[in-house]
Amino acid sequence: MQSERLSITQFLSLRSGGKGLNVADSLTYLYLTVGTILMFGPVLWLVASSFKTQAGLVKYPPPLLPYQQVQVEVAGYDEPLPLFSVTGEDGSLRELAQVRRVGIEAQMVDPDNPAADAIKVNIRQREPIEEVKLAWENYLDPLVELENFDFFTYLKNSLLVTTIATAITLVINSMAAFALSKYRFKGRDAIFVLFISTLMIPITVILVPVFLVITSIGWKNNLWGVIIPGAATPTGIFLLRQYMLTIPDELLDAARIDGASEWHIYWRIILPLARPALAVLAIFSVMWRWNDFLWPLIVLSQNDYFTLQVGLNAFQGELQIQWHYVLAMTVVTLLPITLVFAFLQRFITTGIATTGMK
Amino acid sequence: MRLLTILDPLTRPLLLFLVSAVDTVLKPIQRRVGIDRMGYFFVLPNLLIFGIFVLFPMLLNVYYAMTGGTKLFPADRPFVGLDNFATLFECENFSQPNSCREDLFWRGIFNTIQYVVFQVFAIVLFSLLTALALNRRIIARGFFRSVFFYPVLLSPVVVALIWKWVLQHEGVLNAIVELLGGESKRWLLDPNWAMFWVVFVSVWALMGFYTLILLAGLQSIPPELYEASSIDGANMLQDFRFVTMPLLMPTMFVVLVLALIRAVQMFDQIYVLTGGGPGTRTQLMVQYIYTTGFSNQIQLFGLSAAASMVLGLSLLILTLLQLRLGNQSSLAG
Repeated sequence: MQSERLSITQFLSLRSGGKGLNVADSLTYLYLTVGTILMFGPVLWLVASSFKTQAGLVKYPPPLLPYQQVQVEVAGYDEPLPLFSVTGEDGSLRELAQVRRVGIEAQMVDPDNPAADAIKVNIRQREPIEEVKLAWENYLDPLVELENFDFFTYLKNSLLVTTIATAITLVINSMAAFALSKYRFKGRDAIFVLFISTLMIPITVILVPVFLVITSIGWKNNLWGVIIPGAATPTGIFLLRQYMLTIPDELLDAARIDGASEWHIYWRIILPLARPALAVLAIFSVMWRWNDFLWPLIVLSQNDYFTLQVGLNAFQGELQIQWHYVLAMTVVTLLPITLVFAFLQRFITTGIATTGMK
Repeated sequence: MRLLTILDPLTRPLLLFLVSAVDTVLKPIQRRVGIDRMGYFFVLPNLLIFGIFVLFPMLLNVYYAMTGGTKLFPADRPFVGLDNFATLFECENFSQPNSCREDLFWRGIFNTIQYVVFQVFAIVLFSLLTALALNRRIIARGFFRSVFFYPVLLSPVVVALIWKWVLQHEGVLNAIVELLGGESKRWLLDPNWAMFWVVFVSVWALMGFYTLILLAGLQSIPPELYEASSIDGANMLQDFRFVTMPLLMPTMFVVLVLALIRAVQMFDQIYVLTGGGPGTRTQLMVQYIYTTGFSNQIQLFGLSAAASMVLGLSLLILTLLQLRLGNQSSLAG
């Protein structure tokens, strides 16, 4: 693959039949460019929109960038006043700040000459003056003062679920995979087939009874109820077992001769050697858990236990959607996964390509 | 990784303590049972969780499907035999969901079939096109691959919100449509368009995953075959028809089956995007299971479990079909 990659200069000097790019290449680039706009455009639009004020969001057609009306400090007024450009009767343009609006008339004042009398202007004669400004308050307000969106609680819950569940998944799956790949005991193959046969059975098929088990244990509205049921993943066992099969048995025998216990072998030999497979499973698990929705939605019915996904859904489902906050919080929710992707991109793509699983 | 090295001095002693504690407990056991039976110990934690949260529920689900009432605990639930299934299948005319007692269930099935057919077709087609494009000698291949893959990582809630925002009545899509001289619409409230967008959004969100698998399949085709075909004077279309397609068939098959099984289970994205609406236009089977058992005022767990068994059965049939066809295609190939 490395050798097939082209540098820009090579690309620019690329010729097919001596006449520049051929039809197939042009079509390829056209397809990929349109695809890039379609795939990435909506995400960029979300981010751009999340920096618009509530007033800016209802504008139609929507401007590309977040604009806000310019506010000016005027001597004699406590609050900054919104600035307008006013067309006079004679067609002249003036910049005036609005003090208040009464019906179709606005009382305005000249910011350069605040001592003068208020100027009365018909609202149809004025246009707001705007500048590009990011509405950071969309991001900051939900952190402190939104009563029905407790961001930090949701974030804490999501982080707890993701990290604890991933740790448990890695440990128990690797132990099981070790047993199934390196030991000969009665029922081993039956257990393996049992695990693998549930590969295609999603939790959606057994929602009611799992909910009963969780309720009986007392894990309703408890993060453990979200963490534990999905921990014994057949995907993880399959992935790790296939990898551990490639570790030579002689290595284990040599350690045994040196007096290592089986647990010691698992911890000191198998785990370090299986690191690439563990990394792939860890990334998968983080993705599954951070994005999980249906099961947390069922187990967690109280606000205090919501994960980010469940909280976000409840927040966007309110009668009056506060889009400026919803958009900002959506960006916050996709940020961690985006960062993980940016840093571990190669791991993820090769991991999926080789295992065919997600 | 940097974070791990910072945490290391804190977590390492704790971890080492735990590990050696387990070792002290295990050593005498190992001496008594021998090496190979230690396998039971290693498989135990996973087996326990699997048994309690997967295997036992699978069996219990059958019992639930045969009980009625609204109580959760099985002991409080009256046994009703096959009544729940009878309720689900009580229809005057199976082609008319309105004539069924549980019309929402049948609408769910009809919508699911429609969704699955269009979604799987579209996702396989566009994944294949994208994989073929990415497999060519192009610049910035890594960039393009990332762009197409990125939405796969986004949560269904986030995906739904992104598109809800794009598709809303005063949204950017309508602005573009008007700019091009079209008429703005309430896309998600229009019965004719809602299903299209539900399919579109899920293809958008998931196609990168299948693209990657197909790309891996394409790259495993030996380049010598293309060299040979070019010596024979084959053009690009012939290359595709006689070299690429036959060798890609097994991968295509995997992709088709994975996409199919996933499409049948579709729930979260649509739930956030349209809530199953307008009306019940985009309500699929899993949403019926969820609302019947968990979000309705009266929680009909028995009916929900019965419906989930119908879903499980369809998944089973699809899986068996896959095994059968998979064997055939591997024999033929």
